[in-house]
Amino acid sequence: MAEIVIQNVRKDFGDFTAVKSSSFRIEDGEFFMLLGPSGCGKTTTLRMIAGLELPTSGEIYIDGEEVGQKPASQRDIAFVFQMFALYPHMNVRKNISYPLVSQGMPRAQVREKVAEAARILGIESILDRPVGGLSGGDRQRVALGRAIVRNPKCFLMDEPLGALDAEFREHMAEELRNLHDRMGATTVYVTHDQLEAMQMGDKIVVMNHGVIEQFGTPQDIYDKPASRFVAEFIGSPSMNFLKFHDSLEVGATSVTMHHETLHIPALREPFDGDMIYGVRPEHVRLSDASGYRGEVIATEYLGTTQIVTMKTHNGEVKARIGSEQPARVGESVGLDFNGQTVTLFDTQAGRAIRSDLNEGVLSHV
Amino acid sequence: MSSYSITEATGRQKWVAGVLVIGYALITLMPLLWILATGFKSSPDSIAYPPKVVFEPSLEGYVNLFTTQTRQSAEYLEANPPETWYEEIVHDKGMVIAGPSRFGERFMNSVIIGFGSTFLSVFLGTLAAYAFSRYRIPLKDDLLFFILSTRMMPPIAIAIPIFLMFRTLGLSDTHAGMILLYTAVNLSLSVWLLKGFIDEIPREYEEAALIDGYTRFQAFYKVVLPQAATGIASTAIFCLIFSWNEYAFAVLLTSGTAQTSPPFIPTIIGVGGQDWPAVAAGATIFLVPVMVFTILLRKHLLRGITFGAVRK
Repeated sequence: MAEIVIQNVRKDFGDFTAVKSSSFRIEDGEFFMLLGPSGCGKTTTLRMIAGLELPTSGEIYIDGEEVGQKPASQRDIAFVFQMFALYPHMNVRKNISYPLVSQGMPRAQVREKVAEAARILGIESILDRPVGGLSGGDRQRVALGRAIVRNPKCFLMDEPLGALDAEFREHMAEELRNLHDRMGATTVYVTHDQLEAMQMGDKIVVMNHGVIEQFGTPQDIYDKPASRFVAEFIGSPSMNFLKFHDSLEVGATSVTMHHETLHIPALREPFDGDMIYGVRPEHVRLSDASGYRGEVIATEYLGTTQIVTMKTHNGEVKARIGSEQPARVGESVGLDFNGQTVTLFDTQAGRAIRSDLNEGVLSHV
Repeated sequence: MSSYSITEATGRQKWVAGVLVIGYALITLMPLLWILATGFKSSPDSIAYPPKVVFEPSLEGYVNLFTTQTRQSAEYLEANPPETWYEEIVHDKGMVIAGPSRFGERFMNSVIIGFGSTFLSVFLGTLAAYAFSRYRIPLKDDLLFFILSTRMMPPIAIAIPIFLMFRTLGLSDTHAGMILLYTAVNLSLSVWLLKGFIDEIPREYEEAALIDGYTRFQAFYKVVLPQAATGIASTAIFCLIFSWNEYAFAVLLTSGTAQTSPPFIPTIIGVGGQDWPAVAAGATIFLVPVMVFTILLRKHLLRGITFGAVRK
């Protein structure tokens, strides 16, 4: 098992830059998520770790060894493809044993290893079936079998649950995470699904347009987004963004918006200009005591909670509140924001402004 | 009709369709059946008018096809009675067998040249198609168009330059020359057809093999080739049919050593004019290899013809 270090890696396809100078470190045994919208460079990054693409520049270290320009076959990694890529002309057993056969392992030992992998995944009964007739979940398990059978340095997975039904996906996600916890193997997992990333990952890298926007634990990324993009991409509904203009000194703990004073975590840098006040829907409360008001324009009932959308002078605000609280469309309500959770963003650059809340998190990037 | 289904034909529709299909099949098969029948007719029966549909079968045509014969005097014939059934057929006409004909040789030429060029076309075509399908190649689209453009005029349009070129290079009337020529003609078909098939094979299979520790060539050989078997088989059939049946270049460029069956069969002349039963017998035997090859690979052929249209 191994630690993976990516240093200043860049990938160009002709005139198009898929990944711009990226660096991050994946600790030994970590379940690591590469998250971002399609076309953000996450799959290219994964394929460079695998050796299916060679980086234009930069270094990739697996277990301390620089492998950037080595072919995939020499990297001792396992890759799980979105469409599984099981060899269609072989049965399940042959598929799983294929990577062992390439190493020239004796037949008896191959049999033993395949049996062990099948037992771990609970697919002993389908070993002699052709892969063509298998269900999505079983194909996924066979693909995993092919990955775990050779004890590789790490597992690389490219949206492995993307081809499964929503219902089954949840189950497989759990199975995957359990498998990882039992084997303790370093796993790099690409997904565009923020829920999947939060649910399964130890650490997350959020990418956009070939650039790493943020790198950290799911909690840090959710609570302390480093950029407006991250704040918007993670969380459903996403963070509320209230636009305002102000001049703030270091240490400022409040901002003025539409003649009302709203609290923020103490700033660590001065800022003057257009800003965005970012607050998550669950940190918005309806309170008649508050002077900052909005008009309810929609409510969405979600069982125990509801999402209430309000129009304010600084933009739309969504609040996630208990569904027993009354909220009627057309009503004017007071809004109370939990100031300690607020992140301010520089409107122009999209980056988060440093404060007591996110200090230490942003320096990762 | 009270109920109408778009998926299930009514009895009358099936009946009409059946008649149409059988009728069409009869029309297209008639020349083939006629050749098959003529091969078993005697010489007079083969040119009888009105044509004979019912006749006494004879192997005369086949014996004539494989032998050369000379006329002998009655005394000689009486002194040398026939020993085998085929000698007897010849004997009855007042002749004796002088030796084997050239047909066997010409047929072998067809086999060598036909299958040789098919193998070469498919082999080169598969490699080229794989490269075009998988690698970033500068001017890829232009190259592919150039390859296709070699088929935009009938090959015979360049017969004279080819003839002169072959004469200069010493390739006239050689097996190697004909194999090269047919390969050149077939290659564009083969590259395009196979590229379509290989494009359909997801790259992930090879990438999985690369990660499983195989080299690029092993991945191609062990994973891509089995997947492309359908495409390779149908491409091979198309290539074989072309080179097997090719007539014009064979007439022009071969005369002795490397002459194939198509130019040879029509030249079979018996005593006193064209020997139609022998010609028909030659044509019948000539059909067999392509038919057998096609039947062996027919599972793949349908998908070959509709390639790209049907998802596996």
